[in-house]
Amino acid sequence: MASVDGVSLLAQHLQDCRSDVILTAEELRDELVVTAVASGIKDLVEFLKRDSQCRFTTLIDITAIDRPGREKRFDVVYHFLSMVLNQRIRVKVAVHEDAPMASIIDVHPAANWFEREVYDMYGIRFSGHPDLRRLLTDYGFQGHPLRKDFPTTGFSEVRYDEENKRVVYEPVNLVQEYRQFDFMSPWEGAEYVLDDDSSPESR
Amino acid sequence: MDGDDMTSSEDGTIRNFNINFGPQHPAAHGVLRLVLELDGEVVTRCDPHIGLLHRGTEKLMESRTYLQNLPYFDRLDYVAPMNQEHAWCLAIEKLTDIDIPRRATLIRVLYSEMGRILNHLLNVTTQAMDVGALTPPLWGFEEREKLMVFYERACGARLHAAYFRPGGVHRDLPPDLLSDIAEWCEEFPARLDDIDNLLTENRIFKQRNVDIGIVSREDVEDWAFSGVMARGSGIEWDLRRAEPYECYDEFDFLIPIGRNGDCYDRYLCRMAEMRESVKIMLQAIEKLAVATGDVLNRGKIAPPERGEMKSSMEALIHHFKLYTEGFRVPEGEVYAAVEAPKGEFGVYLVSDGTNRPYKAKIRAPGFPHLQAMDHLCAGHLLADVSAVIGSLDVVFGEIDR
Repeated sequence: MASVDGVSLLAQHLQDCRSDVILTAEELRDELVVTAVASGIKDLVEFLKRDSQCRFTTLIDITAIDRPGREKRFDVVYHFLSMVLNQRIRVKVAVHEDAPMASIIDVHPAANWFEREVYDMYGIRFSGHPDLRRLLTDYGFQGHPLRKDFPTTGFSEVRYDEENKRVVYEPVNLVQEYRQFDFMSPWEGAEYVLDDDSSPESR
Repeated sequence: MDGDDMTSSEDGTIRNFNINFGPQHPAAHGVLRLVLELDGEVVTRCDPHIGLLHRGTEKLMESRTYLQNLPYFDRLDYVAPMNQEHAWCLAIEKLTDIDIPRRATLIRVLYSEMGRILNHLLNVTTQAMDVGALTPPLWGFEEREKLMVFYERACGARLHAAYFRPGGVHRDLPPDLLSDIAEWCEEFPARLDDIDNLLTENRIFKQRNVDIGIVSREDVEDWAFSGVMARGSGIEWDLRRAEPYECYDEFDFLIPIGRNGDCYDRYLCRMAEMRESVKIMLQAIEKLAVATGDVLNRGKIAPPERGEMKSSMEALIHHFKLYTEGFRVPEGEVYAAVEAPKGEFGVYLVSDGTNRPYKAKIRAPGFPHLQAMDHLCAGHLLADVSAVIGSLDVVFGEIDR
């Protein structure tokens, strides 16, 4: 496994070389985590791939984290691997909901589906992507399922209609409320108020 | 197959022919729809449409506790379920910073390698079926059946094990199981030889696989290949060696690599890997004979022992809280990966300090492999598409998630 020394040295190296695009470079739980500015991501990824001390030539994953309420709503998270140096890096970029990200497909062809998936799931657009279609969801699907404001049950359901002899789409009809348990213990300070008996006035 | 273009139109110009390969096609290994553009019998474009098995695993995981999420991992790559659970457990253990008992890590290694054999047996033999051989799957599935009995004896389920738990494994192995597995390990190489005899020098099998779907070393980097897809091209990369998780550094095994990066080399790698896995299993069994003790780190994230729960009030409360509320994982994020049979299977886990993951991203090895279909198949004949899909080793449970 990559030595811990190597990680902090690499973090220092990155900060020295690319302070223009890198905001922070640190070692968290033996992992190298870098936050960068959105505008410089393609440049940085190119650097990480070519630089002789980095050689992050394998793209492991691209995903996003939705943090509603934050001004830059999404974190786009890239994972890279260097098979030569046996080193991993995570690059995090905060982006605004409406701002497109630069696609890294020119640097890593494998980014194609990963970016399509992020677009599909979070609605983050990637400029310069040649074929930004939905990937995992149904043809003609609306919305972006992994956003926190998208309900787990979704909005429409499908079934085969025996009369029309075709598949029909209908709004979701739940026979039972989707169960979301609240595990906050009362003595840890629950912030909600129960409907029936919590406030003295309602008694 | 339905064509939407005629090969020649009225004005005499010749157009390419589009066909749908799948979603229901025996050689598609699940629900894969390939839109193929053909020039005669040569594939000019291959556009995989995936997501037909998308179940929203990552979305569902955000509303369930860490322990409730574990069984979803069996349902990703259902060919080798425990290897997926392993990544999830490692991620949680990394974030909560707990160690697992010696016996548990050995059991994990034993069952991970069993998963590798389960996977490779299925892949090698069904790939052979895709190119026309019928006997290998029958022989291979017989051995798979025996392995699934071992799964069942350890955890009660043939497929959806939920056996690896954060902190160790669910239960200790029943008596006699280890000796039965050892017995199987002695017999299995002979069964492997039988399959070897059927396929390795088989003229038709070689005609269909040699020089088909060649992956160069550059391709491996560009398309993010891992596992056998990388090793088949001569890249010595195995997470068990590169980032030894669990106790893989104690084991003596070889990492087979290919030379040409074609379907045939990948087949050979898988066959050799199965033999190596048997070696690891035997070593694990030997070590397990000595390593007695508990199989769970009985701390905050694992249930108390059954007997204790029946007699101690605190243990009972802990048990109840663990299976209703679940345990809490400190805030932070972590990426944990294992060398699953298909390649690097990783979990990126973001915790906000509650009992449910804020976000969990599953990095499935088959996903980047499948997206390179266009790159790999362009210029090949239509018949080679099924050979390439077979050797990519795709399972849609993990690709569609």
